[in-house]
Amino acid sequence: MAKVFERTNGLTDKPFHYCPGCTHGVIHRLVAEVLEELDVLGETIGVAPVGCSVFAYDYFNCDMHEAAHGRAPAVATGIKRVHPDKVVFTYQGDGDLASIGAAEIIHAAARGEKITTIFVNNAIYGMTGGQMAPTTLEGQKATTSPYGRDVSHAGMPMRVSEMLATLDGAKFVERVSVHNAAAVRKTKKAIKKAFELQLSGEGFGIVEVLSTCPTNWGLTPVESLKWLEENMIPYYPLGNICTPEEVK
Amino acid sequence: MAKAKGTVTFREDRCKGCELCTTVCPVNIVVMNKDKINVKGYHPATVSDMDKCIGCANCATICPDTVIEVERIIEK
Repeated sequence: MAKVFERTNGLTDKPFHYCPGCTHGVIHRLVAEVLEELDVLGETIGVAPVGCSVFAYDYFNCDMHEAAHGRAPAVATGIKRVHPDKVVFTYQGDGDLASIGAAEIIHAAARGEKITTIFVNNAIYGMTGGQMAPTTLEGQKATTSPYGRDVSHAGMPMRVSEMLATLDGAKFVERVSVHNAAAVRKTKKAIKKAFELQLSGEGFGIVEVLSTCPTNWGLTPVESLKWLEENMIPYYPLGNICTPEEVK
Repeated sequence: MAKAKGTVTFREDRCKGCELCTTVCPVNIVVMNKDKINVKGYHPATVSDMDKCIGCANCATICPDTVIEVERIIEK
């Protein structure tokens, strides 16, 4: 009997603190599996954000660094410039990356920093209690938009990946999802490609992963995946947005 | 045609009872064990009929808490 699926060495044995059904666990595992498969666990330095995944440093079996809210790309820039031979990634949520950290991610991409960003977009602030985020969908209820996001006040949700793809420094931009097993496998491929391009010194890479927040959406985990598929994917279309010419 | 057979093992005490694994099984054998409560206080996931398992690893792929391990043999 051959093992077709076992727990990766890229994760520590500490159980995740995430709510039941939170897809952070899936995305953590995919990043860890990719780092293990590329055999770079000992060469990797990750930067954890502020948000639900603030304890990411406890879960990844590589060197990790914590950053102030939204500043993970700035910290990762410093690490990568001091250690250009190391693999450096940031793991950020949508409140962290698209709101308070918008300036940092845009300028890291514009400078073409050779880092990889895993951007987890669940259209809400999770840790602080379900407030409206820049990525909250039109009409979506949140604790700070109890009647649904009113676009006449808050504007339309931001498509961060498309925005970053307009910058010349951003070499690899892809949006993926984790709403079923096939989508999870595609997500792993995208994450692997992003890390491979960092290893070949291409430039800035970002993988946006559409994720769920059953607790703050007020849905069961199973309903959340359905909600993601029916509501988020039409507004945030999946697929590759930019790849270097030579690896297409 | 080669037939695949699988075995799934659950680290039950890590399970948070989210039921995502039950939605992706192509042969519908992953169920929540309502007769049992794990240390976290949830009904853990289990397999009702292991003989039907084809070892596709869909359940392990979607599991957010790395509860599941999958083994597979191909019968000729």
